[in-house]
Amino acid sequence: MLAYLIRRLAYAIPILIGVNLLTFALFFVVNTPDDMARMQLGIKRVTPEAIAHWKAERGYDKPLFWNAAAEGGKRLSETIFFAKSVRMFVFDFGRAEDGRDIAEEIKSRMGPSLAIAAPVFLLELAVTISFALLLVLFRATRLDFWGVVLCVALMSISGMFYIIGGQFLISKIWRLVPISGYQEGVDALRFLVLPVFIGVIAGIGTNTRWYRTIFIEEGGRDYVRTARAKGLSEAAVLFVHVLRNAMIPILTGVVVVIPMLFMGSLLTESFFGIPGLGSYTIEAISAQDFSVVRVMVFIGSLLYIAGLMLTDISYVLVDPRIRLD
Amino acid sequence: MRVWLIKRLGGVARSVAAVRVVFLSAGLFLLAGCGEVWNNPYPPQDSGRGIFYTSFDTRPKHLDPVQSYSENEASFLFQIYEPPLQYHYLKRPYTLIPAAAQALPKVRFVDVAGRDLAEDAPADKVAFSVYELRIKPDILYQPHPAFAKDAAGRSLYLDRPIAERREITKLADFQHTGTRELTAADYVYQIKRLAHPRLHSPILELMSDYIVGLKELSQSLRQADSDKSAWIDLDRYALPGVEIIDRYTYRIRIKGKYPQFSQWLAMTFFVPVPVEADRFYAQAGMAEKNLTLDWYPVGTGPYMLTENDPNARMVLERNPNFRGEPYPCEGEPEDAGAGLLADCGKTMPFIDKIVFVREREAIPYWNKFLQGYYDASGVASDNFDQAVQIGSQADVSVSEEMKARGIQLLTSVAPTNRYTGFNMLDPVVGGSSEKNRKLRQAISIAVDEEEYISIFLNGRGVPAHGPIPPGLFGYKEGRAGINPYVYDWAGNEARRKPVAYARQLLAEAGYPDGRDARTGQPLVINLDTAAAGIGDKSQIDWLNKQLAKIDVQLVVRATDYNRFQDKMRLGTAQLFFWGWNADYPDPENFLFLFQSQQAKAKTMGENAANYQNPQYDALYDKVKAMPDGPARQAVIDSMVEILRHDSPWIFGYFDKEYALFHGWVKNEKPGKIIRGRFKYLAIDAAAREARRRAWNRPVLWPLAAMVLLLALFVAPAASLYRRRERARGTD
Repeated sequence: MLAYLIRRLAYAIPILIGVNLLTFALFFVVNTPDDMARMQLGIKRVTPEAIAHWKAERGYDKPLFWNAAAEGGKRLSETIFFAKSVRMFVFDFGRAEDGRDIAEEIKSRMGPSLAIAAPVFLLELAVTISFALLLVLFRATRLDFWGVVLCVALMSISGMFYIIGGQFLISKIWRLVPISGYQEGVDALRFLVLPVFIGVIAGIGTNTRWYRTIFIEEGGRDYVRTARAKGLSEAAVLFVHVLRNAMIPILTGVVVVIPMLFMGSLLTESFFGIPGLGSYTIEAISAQDFSVVRVMVFIGSLLYIAGLMLTDISYVLVDPRIRLD
Repeated sequence: MRVWLIKRLGGVARSVAAVRVVFLSAGLFLLAGCGEVWNNPYPPQDSGRGIFYTSFDTRPKHLDPVQSYSENEASFLFQIYEPPLQYHYLKRPYTLIPAAAQALPKVRFVDVAGRDLAEDAPADKVAFSVYELRIKPDILYQPHPAFAKDAAGRSLYLDRPIAERREITKLADFQHTGTRELTAADYVYQIKRLAHPRLHSPILELMSDYIVGLKELSQSLRQADSDKSAWIDLDRYALPGVEIIDRYTYRIRIKGKYPQFSQWLAMTFFVPVPVEADRFYAQAGMAEKNLTLDWYPVGTGPYMLTENDPNARMVLERNPNFRGEPYPCEGEPEDAGAGLLADCGKTMPFIDKIVFVREREAIPYWNKFLQGYYDASGVASDNFDQAVQIGSQADVSVSEEMKARGIQLLTSVAPTNRYTGFNMLDPVVGGSSEKNRKLRQAISIAVDEEEYISIFLNGRGVPAHGPIPPGLFGYKEGRAGINPYVYDWAGNEARRKPVAYARQLLAEAGYPDGRDARTGQPLVINLDTAAAGIGDKSQIDWLNKQLAKIDVQLVVRATDYNRFQDKMRLGTAQLFFWGWNADYPDPENFLFLFQSQQAKAKTMGENAANYQNPQYDALYDKVKAMPDGPARQAVIDSMVEILRHDSPWIFGYFDKEYALFHGWVKNEKPGKIIRGRFKYLAIDAAAREARRRAWNRPVLWPLAAMVLLLALFVAPAASLYRRRERARGTD
């Protein structure tokens, strides 16, 4: 398995370089260094001299990919692409265009993002798997029918509606929790109840239907018939045997998102005033802050690759037939 | 197997019990922490304290007073730093009064030979204006580690690599703080910082044209800035135009006559910055931990920044070293009746702490305002009908719902104008020809700004008849103030000229019925805009409809923001939306928007329409150096007349700002130019606490209903399952 993981890590390097190249190209197709300078310097009283000086100070006065005026290797290294990319690959993220240290910013925002995303992820997983198993347990009864109807209804409603409706009902009308805000430490609990509750509810419809399909398919296999024939209760059959054997498709969808939990959720964090990472990339794109955009895309790619590797590892753990060679 | 399963289920039961205990404990913990109200977003210990709660939606980009140039940053900086001058809180028109200065500056005019000139000397004779400012003694800086000293008087934190220590992550981690007296040298130091090559002050170019030697200083500093990480000791560089006379007095020498300079002295570009602070933050390890002057200001003002998390919360607390300032005793005639003079002479500030919470969305903000967790709110379009009612005489007041909550509405016209500009370089709509002028006038008549204000702004705008907003010198109300090229005076009000007249003008311009008289082709006007979102479509449709009234076709050339800015810089746009927010309350700050030297396509200036008129320029040169009075008014009238006649803009509207305040907020008077306003405000914290408790009692029955609903689902399921299992057993 170790050899496999090393191989996968080696594959990750060209992927990351490719993603970085693509991010760079897409960003500079839309924004020129002059645009970035103007955005950072403000919209009033910006002079050409100030723009030129800003670019020179931050190294944006060089060519993008190829410096024809330079000699030898400097043709590549004396470019914006090279200068801005190399340090990132050794995890030196540098500073945002507003002067703040990007690594510090990510570190401080990661906690609040995770404080919402982790409980939502775990609770949603527990609730949707249990609900799906329950529907399968009562398959072809009214309970199953209305359960599926409920799921379809839940998945038809937009995420924004859950947030606004939840805030309106639970915080405004019933006044049970704060509408928005965040505090550090245990005080954070009061602020997390509502977004976590809404996050879980919003995910029930889609995930339950997906897991129900998996469990129904698994429920038709021979070993399930054998288990029933042995006289096991239906609950034991489903919760012990079917669930374990349905792990591969579940893990495929679930494990890959675990590392991405750090990245946060734009909508939830925005409406609930959570100072997480969800809005960091969007704000950076609006502010034309290339330093932040490239770092966040880089981290996103890295986490996605990590998620895929974790998925592979999890297959080995749950299915003894699988070997990673 | 059965034994295993029983064990397993037993384990599950134990886990369920454990989970129950955890949830119950968490629930009890939450309830214990909530007190009488459960939805209070603030710590319980802050209840009943004199704290003002407000919000911000965009994180500040700069808190360094030499760089900051936006309204959202000003709401922090003006509470922390003290410029030499400030505007009187209650008087209108805005009146400059001393802040840290003892008196308004003495201004002396001298000619080329250095001889003193009279106060009313013509601008062309004045070679230099000398501003002498004397600041009040005994003003102290806020407590800050940069001033901390040991018993021997040696600095504790300067020139030591202390920030590299792992335990130092924020300013509060420095154990010791100190202070020192404000001196004239701190103001001079900040003026030199305008020229600092790494700070990119937005007003450097402008001030280089005025402050003697600033341009040269900027060049010297750029040459000296080879090592980008080294601290530049500005005291080693001379700035001939600024001199320290004594500990409390300094002198600024500017080129020519520029009366608006006094108003710049009320802005944060001219606040004091202590050299110790600059040295402190320049030390190794500071910037890596985001410890910079750009993020942790050091001032002498009524408040100091104690919490700086631009993603969540910014907190200003009373500066314990602030000397106190008396609340004003004079104002406008109606101020006494409004209770605005009740605190006359009392020492400010009244509020202990200002908490700025980051709210990115309007809905949570509005709901928290209604629950009493914010003290003030604007009125967004979404909640306009809930908040405001408009009477039969177009009088505006708060709705019954707001009245019942004791919420007050304050309205004011902001010194901001929004307009639709014609690019005067464009061959179709631009230029000074009579034909094109008539075309612009026809379009100006057709675009019904009153309708726009009514449809899109719920009436929150004042139609503009010229560039100068109400409340500023030079603005004229009533008949004398109408734009006669677009409006008629009828029945005691300005009435837009009929569309038929616009059509006539269009025909005279060579476009009868909207077609080119020579070619027969329809007249097509291009709107260049970056506003191409779903929300903007209705406004563009509306504009289309306005031009269709005179049979002119509108083509929308939507691009992204950068390309739109490029078009504006290159002068290739045709029709565009634009606006201007005043730097200072002087008509010059609006009239300069038409000056030839400011043409955007030529100099990247602020004249977005690229309007050029030598006659106007000559009058501008005259008006900017004149004191307010009948003579200046006459010149302004002539300039406005030229603009109305030439119509480089469709004069749009001035923002009318609506602000809602809870009844427990005292001394609030609208005035956008007064940015250091928090020191004047007072809070009745007990009244707020009582209201919050009354408004936010939790409704508990839904919790019971949820449990019941769950039981209704679980019980039949459990019963069904048991029946099934029993049936299987009997099989």
